[in-house]
Amino acid sequence: MKTRGWFSRVMLWLGLAFLYLPIVLLVVFSFNASRLVTVWDADDSPTLRWYRALLTDHAVLDAAWLSIRVAAMTATGAAILGTLTGLALVRFGPFRGRAFLRGLSTAPLVMPEVITGLSMLLLFVSVEQVCRAAFGWQFDRGIVTITLAHITFTMTYVAVVVQSRLASCDDSLEEAALDLGARPAKVFFRITVPMIAPAILSGWLLAFTLSWDDVVVSQFVSGPGANTLPMVIFSKVRLGVNPSVNAFATLMVLIVGTGVLVAAWWLKRVEKRREREMRMAEAGQ
Amino acid sequence: MVRSRNDGNALEPWSDPAAEPYVRISGVTKRFGDFAAVNDVSLDIYKGEIFCLLGGSGCGKSTLLRMLAGFETPSAGSVVLDAQDLAAIPPYQRPVNMMFQSYALFPHMTVEKNIAFGLEQEHLPKAQIAERVSQMLSIVRLTEYAKRRPHQLSGGQKQRVALARALVKRPKLLLLDEPLGALDRKLREHTQFELINIQQQLGVTFIVVTHDQEEAMTLASRIGVMNHGQIVQIGTPSQIYEAPNSKFVADFIGSVNLFEGRLIEAQEGQARIQCDELGGVVHVDYAVDASPGQSVCAAIRPERIHLLREPPEHTGENCVRGVVREIAYMGDMSIYLVQADGGKVVRVTQPNIARVTHGQRIEWDEQVYLTWRAGSPVVLTR
Repeated sequence: MKTRGWFSRVMLWLGLAFLYLPIVLLVVFSFNASRLVTVWDADDSPTLRWYRALLTDHAVLDAAWLSIRVAAMTATGAAILGTLTGLALVRFGPFRGRAFLRGLSTAPLVMPEVITGLSMLLLFVSVEQVCRAAFGWQFDRGIVTITLAHITFTMTYVAVVVQSRLASCDDSLEEAALDLGARPAKVFFRITVPMIAPAILSGWLLAFTLSWDDVVVSQFVSGPGANTLPMVIFSKVRLGVNPSVNAFATLMVLIVGTGVLVAAWWLKRVEKRREREMRMAEAGQ
Repeated sequence: MVRSRNDGNALEPWSDPAAEPYVRISGVTKRFGDFAAVNDVSLDIYKGEIFCLLGGSGCGKSTLLRMLAGFETPSAGSVVLDAQDLAAIPPYQRPVNMMFQSYALFPHMTVEKNIAFGLEQEHLPKAQIAERVSQMLSIVRLTEYAKRRPHQLSGGQKQRVALARALVKRPKLLLLDEPLGALDRKLREHTQFELINIQQQLGVTFIVVTHDQEEAMTLASRIGVMNHGQIVQIGTPSQIYEAPNSKFVADFIGSVNLFEGRLIEAQEGQARIQCDELGGVVHVDYAVDASPGQSVCAAIRPERIHLLREPPEHTGENCVRGVVREIAYMGDMSIYLVQADGGKVVRVTQPNIARVTHGQRIEWDEQVYLTWRAGSPVVLTR
């Protein structure tokens, strides 16, 4: 391989540092013995003290568990609704109001989160009041309202991903299934869903991530006692952050990083095998 | 046409007025907004035929096929298959199957599963499905590929899977959209004979859509030439080639020289056409349905023109002098572009019967004579 000039090499390292230095620092400081997040205690470090503290910090653990549940439900709901939206936009032809639906479905992408959060809050409060007045039924804001709010702004992302996948898929596959006697619903589950499964999965993951680290919308629509992890971390930072947050973040980086690496390795392997098989099929006519 | 000739009448049901058509397309029109993709098409297709719809892109042939499959609804007209009106029947209940141009094999299923898909929709017993699938696999010679996925197959194998998948349902009518379009040249020739064999073995009626006239000529029992959403001519491959009914058909099928002229004599059994652009008179030895003075067009195929160095004994009619402008050596034959005295460039093909060696062959800028038999030109009035 040709050796590159010093300029390219310096720029590469600067770029990598810009992206990853904060994370490296975070990992390093999670082993810091000092109670102050930004002061390095050279004498007692490194230590696992904050990892131990984390195990007993119920506020963080409860919040993490809540966040996981919210994110999983959000991702699932968003994947279903987003897929249906994408399907309607791509496969149902030029029906009346398609442009309007397309506009509506992408609006949350450009809507400031504060506005989404505020409008969701207004909605939940008025529904609450109507329910109480009409049926005498009272509900608190909490996990359900957070999930609903998250679904509304994450399903857009799923719809976009699914739409582009569907548009690039050969629609004669679905026609062939119809032609072979499968009813439309069966075609959807047997052909369309497997075909766009990668898009649905990445949409699901995207929705999960968006929900997992959302603060603004959650802040508006959560109720007493329902604090998601980002909310807890945020409030801790305001009170003077506890280094166990660093430990927690390091664990997350570790889990996510491992996941990404494994997925990339697996995808590459599948792709390689597929290419080899295609070459072999063409060669061995 | 390479169909076997077992008995005379069954071979040409379209020429028997008592024969009942199997597929009857009458007055079918499809409009997209103001544009009529298919415009008042009527067609009778008989059982066991391979009928080719031939036309350039955008002529409406694919739209017509999609209406037969049920993916498009006709704006007007009706389609009747085996005495059953197809109008209200959705694609998944029609006794019609389609082989797609892209093959549309399901990438997440094995060859076997792809072929079984259609039968599973009929809720047949498992054993019966397995039997019919393996029978079909052996017909298309893919038994050892049953467990493969579509991406593990070559182009020709994919094409055979697509065919098997469409045929395993035993449709009354099989629609094929450019069945050989995605194959390379060598494979096409082999595959088209195989396709005809399978069709005869199973006796299914085929409707083939293609833009490739060679494909249509070899596959079809009859061809319907389409242009601007309408059927221009229906006939057997030889009828279409030998007796085109219009300049469009003559020009679309094979190559042809079109000599514009004026009819100067029309009698019982012969006619004469004055062709100024050719610088001569075209004489035909059959009656022409036109009156003297009318402008007509004489169409003659390049292989029906003889190229001579010396003037023939009878000059004047059906003989023009010209100069060779271009020569293309194709191996089995050569194409000559000869500029006639009247200015028209005439395309002539000559088989290279003997080995062509330097010195004997006709060269650039040589003066030559073109002649043809009086029966060779076709006189066209439109």
